[in-house]
Amino acid sequence: MTVTASASQTRPPIQRWLVIWVLALAAVLVVFLLQDRLPWAVNYPVEAVVPVADWVSALMGWIKSNLSWLTRSVTAVLGVPLDFALNLLAKNFKFGHGADAFVLPRLSWVGVCAAAFLAGYAAGGRRLGLLVGGCFLYIALFGQWTSAMLTLALISIAVPFCIVTGLFAGIWAWRKPWAERFVVSPALDLMQTIPTFAYLIPMLLLFGNSPVSAMIATAIFATPPMVRATMLGLSRVPSEIDDFSEMAGCTARQKLWRVLLPSARPTLMVGVNQVIMLALNMVIIASMIGAGGLGYDVLLALRALKVGEAMEAGLAIVALAIALDRLSQAIAHKQATGNVHRSSASPRFWRRYPNLTLAIAILVVTTLLGLFVQAFAAVPKAITFTTAPLWKAAVNWVTINFFDVIEAFRVALILNVLNPLRAFCEGFPWLGAVFLLGLAGYQLSGLRLAALVAALTAFCAITGLWEKTMATVYLCGISAFIACLIGIPIGLAAARSDRFEKIVTPVIDTLQVLPSFCFIIPVVMLFRVGDVTAMIATVAFAVVPAIRYTNHGIRQVPPALIEAAKVSGCTPRQTFFRVQLPLALPEIMLGVNQTILMALAMIIICAMVGTRDLGQEVFIALSKADSGRGIVAGLAIAFIGIVADRLFNAWTAKARARLG
Amino acid sequence: MTEAIEQASNAGKNPRPIKLACRNVWKLFGSNAADFIRERDGKASMADVSAAGLVGAVRAVDLEIRQGEIFIIMGLSGSGKSTLVRCMSRLVEPTHGKVEFEGKDLLKISDAALIELRRHRMGMVFQNFALLPHLNVLDNIAFPLSIQGQDRSTREARAREVIELVGLRGREHFYPRELSGGQQQRVGIARSLATKPEIWFLDEPFSALDPLIRREMQDELMRLQTMLHKTIVFITHDFDEAIRLADRIAIMKDGEVIQIGTPEELVVNPATDYVAEFTRDVDRAKVISARSLMRACDGAEHGGTVAPEAKIASFSASIVAAGKPFAVINGTGTPIGEVTPQAVIDLLAGIERAGA
Ligand SMILES: Nc1ncnc2c1ncn2[C@@H]1O[C@H](COP(=O)(O)OP(=O)(O)O)[C@@H](O)[C@H]1O
Ligand SMILES: [Mg+2]
Repeated sequence: MTVTASASQTRPPIQRWLVIWVLALAAVLVVFLLQDRLPWAVNYPVEAVVPVADWVSALMGWIKSNLSWLTRSVTAVLGVPLDFALNLLAKNFKFGHGADAFVLPRLSWVGVCAAAFLAGYAAGGRRLGLLVGGCFLYIALFGQWTSAMLTLALISIAVPFCIVTGLFAGIWAWRKPWAERFVVSPALDLMQTIPTFAYLIPMLLLFGNSPVSAMIATAIFATPPMVRATMLGLSRVPSEIDDFSEMAGCTARQKLWRVLLPSARPTLMVGVNQVIMLALNMVIIASMIGAGGLGYDVLLALRALKVGEAMEAGLAIVALAIALDRLSQAIAHKQATGNVHRSSASPRFWRRYPNLTLAIAILVVTTLLGLFVQAFAAVPKAITFTTAPLWKAAVNWVTINFFDVIEAFRVALILNVLNPLRAFCEGFPWLGAVFLLGLAGYQLSGLRLAALVAALTAFCAITGLWEKTMATVYLCGISAFIACLIGIPIGLAAARSDRFEKIVTPVIDTLQVLPSFCFIIPVVMLFRVGDVTAMIATVAFAVVPAIRYTNHGIRQVPPALIEAAKVSGCTPRQTFFRVQLPLALPEIMLGVNQTILMALAMIIICAMVGTRDLGQEVFIALSKADSGRGIVAGLAIAFIGIVADRLFNAWTAKARARLG
Repeated sequence: MTEAIEQASNAGKNPRPIKLACRNVWKLFGSNAADFIRERDGKASMADVSAAGLVGAVRAVDLEIRQGEIFIIMGLSGSGKSTLVRCMSRLVEPTHGKVEFEGKDLLKISDAALIELRRHRMGMVFQNFALLPHLNVLDNIAFPLSIQGQDRSTREARAREVIELVGLRGREHFYPRELSGGQQQRVGIARSLATKPEIWFLDEPFSALDPLIRREMQDELMRLQTMLHKTIVFITHDFDEAIRLADRIAIMKDGEVIQIGTPEELVVNPATDYVAEFTRDVDRAKVISARSLMRACDGAEHGGTVAPEAKIASFSASIVAAGKPFAVINGTGTPIGEVTPQAVIDLLAGIERAGA
C-alpha cells in the first residue's frame, strides 16, 4: 500500500472523532448549564448513594468478631520475631520483672555502625563502605539512634516476609498463565494504586494499634515488586538454560530451584531493592498505627508544628533510605555482573567470609563492652548534636524576612489558579465525566476499556464521593501537570548534554528513594498547611519519572535514524522536533503516566497537611477506625489511578503501533 | 532419490546399528497444528502449511543415525535445525511422527523414563554455552551429576576427569564470565560429557566463537571423538565445518531434509541446485576421494599408489610432480583403477570434465 493511500484512508476517522468530541463536549456543557433542571446529572443525588461503605464496615465487623482467634494468633506468632528484632536493635532484652529482672543489652551502636561500614565495603568497596557507615554514624550522632533502629527492626522482619511471599506468588503466576491473568496481575495493579493509608485501616481494625499491624501492612504493601521481579526474572532466563536443565534430567522442582531461580538472581535482587525501599516508605507511614520509630517522631513533631524536630527525624529517614538503597543496589549490581573466583578456596568460614566474620566479632565485642562501658551501650549525650534549633532559626529567619513574598505567592496561587480550578472540577457533572472518559476509552481501545473506565468512574459517584473525588483529581492533576512542565524540559536537557545528565542522575536517584513523608516537612515549614503545600510537595515527589523517562526516551532513539536525518539535511532543530521527539513520545507518555500515579499517591499522604479530598476522607476514617469509609475512599483513589493508567497505556500502545 | 544415495553409500560397508531414527517427524507451530497434520495423514505441502497459518519448522523428516557416527545437520538459519534436534531429545514435542531411540518410540515413554534417559544416555551442548552463571567451572560440570544425587566427592572426581579431558585444568574455581568464549564452550562440552552419554547433541556449538578458535575447537572435537566414540548429532550452518567433521550430512531447507549423504556424495552428486549452491565454493580436493576420480587402467606406467578413500588433496602435489597416473589399490593390493595427473589438475582448477 502506498503512503498516500494510507494517509487518505486514515484521515476521515480522525475528522469523525473530532466531530464526535465536539458534540460530546457540547452535550456535557448543556448538562452543566441545565443544572437546575437536571441536578441529578451534575451532583449525584444523596438519596441514591449506594451504602457500600456500610456493607464493608459490616463485613469487617463480622470478620473481627468471628475471626478474632485468627487475628490474635497471627499477632502472637508474628510478634515473636518482631519483638526479637526490636529488642536486638533498639530495646534491650528484659527477662523477669522488678528488682531481679535480668537485662541483655541491644546491639551496640558502635558495632552496628562498623557492621554497616563492612557491609558497604564488601558490597561495593571503600567508598560505599564510608557512605553506608557514615549514614549510620550520622543517625547516631544526631540523636536518632533508637528511633532509627526501631524502624530498621520492623523493616528487617517485614522484608524477608515480602521476599518469600513475593517469590512464591511470582512462581505461581509464572507457572499458571491463568493465575497471572486473572488473579495476580489485577491484584498487583490494584495493590499498587491503592493509597498507603488505605492499607492501614483494615490492619488497625484487625490487629490493633501495634507494631505487628504496622508490620503486616508494610509486608502487604511492599510485596508487589518482588512478585513482578520474580515473574520477569523467570521469563527472562535464556531458553537455552531452560533446555539445558531439561537435558540434564532435572525434575520440575530441581529445575526451578537449582537452575531458573539462581539464573534469575540479578532480576530478583532488583526486586529486593524495591521491596526494601517500599518497606521503608510504608514503615514510616505505618507509624500512624503503632509502628513507632522515625515516622512516629516526624508525625508527633508535625502535629505539634515543631519544625526543627520534624526536620531532624526526616533527615535521619533520608540517611537510612540512602544507606539501604545504595547497599542493596550494590549487592544487586554485584549479582548482575557475576561471581568472581577467589584464589584460595579455603573451606574455613572466616577465610571465606572475612567481612562477615569481622562484623560479627565487632558486634559481639562492642555489645559485651556495653555491659561495662555505658558509651558503647547508648550514644553518649556529650557527642550528639542537635540541629533542631538551627532549623527553627532558619525557618524563622525565612518567615520573618520573606513572609510577604511567600504569602503573596501563596495567596496569588490559591486565588488565581487553585480555587477556580477546584470550583470547576467540583462542579463537573458526574454523568458528563463518566460519558467523556468512556468515550475516550472507546476511541483508544474499544468497548471493554470504555466499560471499565465508565464503571470505575461511576463507582466514585454512586458511593457519594463525587465531590471529594474531583477535589483529588484537581489537586493531583495540577500537581502532575506542573511536575511534567518542570520534569520534561529537564529530561530533554539531560538527554542532550551528558554533563547535565551526570548532575541530574544522582539527584533524581536520591529523590526517588526518599519516603514520601520527607517531602512534606520542608514545604510545610514555609507554606504552612493547605493545598499549596500539598501541591509543592507532590510536584517534588512526582517529578522524577517525568525526567527519567524523557531522558531515556530521547536517548534510546536509534543513532542510525538520527544520522539518516542529518544526512538528508535536517538542522539540529528539525532533527529534534521531527525525529527524536516523535519517536520518544511513547516513552515520555509512560513517564507522564508514572508521574500521575506518583502524584496521586502523594496527594493522599498530603491529607496530613490539611487537604480536603479523598485523602482527608481516608485520614478521618483512620483516626475513627471506620473501616468501611476508609476502604471505599481508598478504592475510589485506586480507581482514579487505574482509569488514568489504562487510558494512558492504551494511548501509548496506539502511538507505538503507529510508529511501528 | 535421497534414499537411493544413502543406500549406495552404505553398500559394501558393514552397517552399524541404528541409534536414533526420525520417521516422518513434523513440528508445526500454530494453533490446531496437531489436528491439521493428523487430518492429512502426515502429508502436507509447504503451501498447505502456510495457508493454514502455521509455521512448518520441521516437515516430514526421515533419517537414521548410526552408532558412533558424526551426523551433521546443516542448513541456513531458520531452516529448522534446532527444532529438529530438539524433537530428537523431546525438548520439543513433535507434532506428528515417531522418534525411535534404539528402536523404542521416544514419544511414548513416561516422564520418569525420559528423565532417566536424559540423565544417563543423552548429552547436549548449546550455541551460547548455557552455563549456570552462579556456579564455578567445577560445579557447573558436576551439576548434572549432582542432579542425579551423586555425593560430592564422587561427582567432583568425575568433574575433574572431564576437566582434564578438555584441557581446563587450573580453572576449576573460575566463574563462567571470567572465561573466554572458547573456554566457556569447553566447560559446556565437559559438562555434557560428565554423565558419559551415548548420544551427544551439539547445537551450533562453535558458531558463537571466532574463526580461529572455532578451528581449534573442531580439532578438539575430533580428538575427543577418537577417544570416546560417541554417536554425535552436530548442527551447523557452516558447510566447511560440516565437511571437516562429518561422517554424513543432512541438508535442511525450510524444515525439510533435502539430501543426506557423505560430504563427497553431496559434492559429487548434489540432489538439487540448492545443495549444489552450497557445495560450490568447497575445496573439492579435500572432499573428493581417489575412488570418485579414478578411471579404468589403460596400461600406462604408474608413478605411485593410493587408497580409494584417499582425498585428492593428500596426493595432489606428488602426482603432479610425478607427472604419471597413480594406481588406486584396494585393501588386498589389487589395482582397481588409476587417477591421472590431468584429472587432478582439472579438479584443482575447477574445470568440469564431461562424464565426471
Ligand atoms: N516456539 C516457536 N514458535 C513459533 N515458531 C518457531 C518457534 N521456534 C522456532 N520457530 C520457527 O521455526 C523455524 C525454525 O527455527 P529453528 O529450528 O530455530 O531454526 P535454525 O535452528 O535452523 O536456525 C523458524 O522459522 C522459527 O521462526
Ligand atoms: Mg538454531
